[in-house]
Amino acid sequence: MNAIAPPLINIKNIEKPYRQQALQDPDWVRWSLIAIAVGFIFLFICLPLGLVIFQAFSKGIAAYWSALSQPDTLSALKLTLLTALITVPLNTVFGVSAAWAITRFDFKGKSILTTLIDLPFSVSPVISGLIFVLLFGAQGWFGGLLLEHDIKVIFAVPGIILATLFVTFPFVARQLIPLMQEMGNQEEEAALSLGAGGWKTFWAVTLPNIKWALLYGVLLCNARAMGEFGAVSVVSGHIRGVTNTLPLHVEVSYNDYDIIGAFAGASILAALAIVTLILKTALEWKQANR
Amino acid sequence: MEAGQPLTGIDNHLIFEISSMSILLSNITKKFGTFTALDHVSLEIPEGELVALLGPSGCGKTTLLRIIAGLEHTGEGRVLLNRKDITDQDVSHRGIGFVFQHYALFRHMTVFDNVAFGLRVKPRRSRPTETEIAKKVHALLELVQLDWLHDRFPDQLSGGQRQRIALARALAVEPSVLLLDEPFGALDASVRKDLRQWLRNLHHELNVTSIFVTHDQEEAMEVASQVVVLNHGRIEQQGSPSEIYDHPANAFVSRFIGQTNVFELDEHDSEWLQSSGLIFTAREGKVAHIRPHDIEIEKSIDNSGAAATLKDWQHLGALIRIELIKNGFNGSDATLYAEMPNDQFKRLQLNKGDKVDLRIRQAHWFH
Repeated sequence: MNAIAPPLINIKNIEKPYRQQALQDPDWVRWSLIAIAVGFIFLFICLPLGLVIFQAFSKGIAAYWSALSQPDTLSALKLTLLTALITVPLNTVFGVSAAWAITRFDFKGKSILTTLIDLPFSVSPVISGLIFVLLFGAQGWFGGLLLEHDIKVIFAVPGIILATLFVTFPFVARQLIPLMQEMGNQEEEAALSLGAGGWKTFWAVTLPNIKWALLYGVLLCNARAMGEFGAVSVVSGHIRGVTNTLPLHVEVSYNDYDIIGAFAGASILAALAIVTLILKTALEWKQANR
Repeated sequence: MEAGQPLTGIDNHLIFEISSMSILLSNITKKFGTFTALDHVSLEIPEGELVALLGPSGCGKTTLLRIIAGLEHTGEGRVLLNRKDITDQDVSHRGIGFVFQHYALFRHMTVFDNVAFGLRVKPRRSRPTETEIAKKVHALLELVQLDWLHDRFPDQLSGGQRQRIALARALAVEPSVLLLDEPFGALDASVRKDLRQWLRNLHHELNVTSIFVTHDQEEAMEVASQVVVLNHGRIEQQGSPSEIYDHPANAFVSRFIGQTNVFELDEHDSEWLQSSGLIFTAREGKVAHIRPHDIEIEKSIDNSGAAATLKDWQHLGALIRIELIKNGFNGSDATLYAEMPNDQFKRLQLNKGDKVDLRIRQAHWFH
């Protein structure tokens, strides 16, 4: 027999419903799960965010603008940016060196170091702030020494920067360690064997390979550095116009029934968060499409 | 173009000035914690050789290669290149080409940039101009027959192509020694066969002292001009493939290189072997290693040889591997293997279960 008998049932027609039945949940399960997820996101993320903006503009743009241009608000914004500007580059360098040390060298206490890097994640930010008060406060270990030399750390800008550094330390390292572990060091060994020095190898081979993860880590680190409340609150002393960061300024304004001021500040933080989120999504998209 | 074709006729001497060098390793001992990876290894490799470091996994062969390259600290002992002590020299100054098992191509660079890397990182004084670099890179890519892939990224290449790019990259800096770590380990069997032949030809053409690591004895025998057999961090034997095969220095080498039938002599086996016509006067030890092709098979007519029963056979291309059963001491059966050309086996017209007589031409004796 040469001719092939036509199939009794057209496979094309049965394939799709069959697949749906086999691999997908019933409609009501799907729709209720989607509804729960969307409802949750709306209720706990979109609604508060909308409310922040609504409250900030409740007395009109002029009131919003004047709240923002108050000296205290501006100085809080400046301090927040300054803190991020100092802590993010430092933690980028720390993070890269820590990831390098952990993934490229074998040494005693490596696992302890890996655990310690995560410590700021597991400790409550308030405790992180208190550590610095205990170290550098007037009654702290180095308090006397600092007082002698007239250096103020606690209730001053250095304390805020130290606390932020501590809290945001893990972000860059955490992003890099798994990636660098997975990549191994053969490419670097290849570069060395081709005559490149250590520094050149880092810039030409290591950095291009980790750059997306590094940027992602920097972004997360930056978001936290700008938004940190707990640790900074403990060491800041809430001196208006001097040691108030933006998150602290929002709280102080709110406690003073300055609703417009509080929400105007909050709207800037929210805007920073949204910009970070967009950049993060763009990075992820770029990474996936490489 | 595929690997295995003859190399293009470009005149490599215009592009490469590879000065081949000899390698001397003296008394190298390397420990990882309590594990001794290399145990007083001394080895001399004359210039221009293509040497295989052969051994089972964990024998220290890759460690030895990495020590020569400077990717691993030497521990104890010295490494000499052309009689110059380079033990304390940094890997980037040794002028050694290293090809990694998993290629280690720079994934964010094109094929061209990968090959150009070694030239571009040279100190400014000795760095060629970009046009010179481009010329050389294209010549190298032609040498490995992959110039048409110059603007691709490594993840767009097949395994065999990546391996050849890695080789071109290593050759770009005109290394005095080329080191290859399991160069064919991650490739398909057919690609591997092609690349072996190709590497041999390339070495013939460039004549750079080369060492490659492998655990595949067939690969070592086929490609290398010298084979170094390693086991437990020690060198068991060094020699040409035929020396190693025909005169194994000890039982380990004999077992590792090719298949072998092992007889630990008791009275019973001794009698049986004597009946096979094996000459015992040359014996030096108690254990006889007999290569499958040193066993001749005849249909049993007059019980003139050592008696055995034909159990089964397998086709290995031109050869047939024959599985034989012989009566061992106290009635237990022992299996041994013989090999012979296909047509010879056909002429014997044997069936499974036939009684056969064996004649054994020669054996290697070990203690």
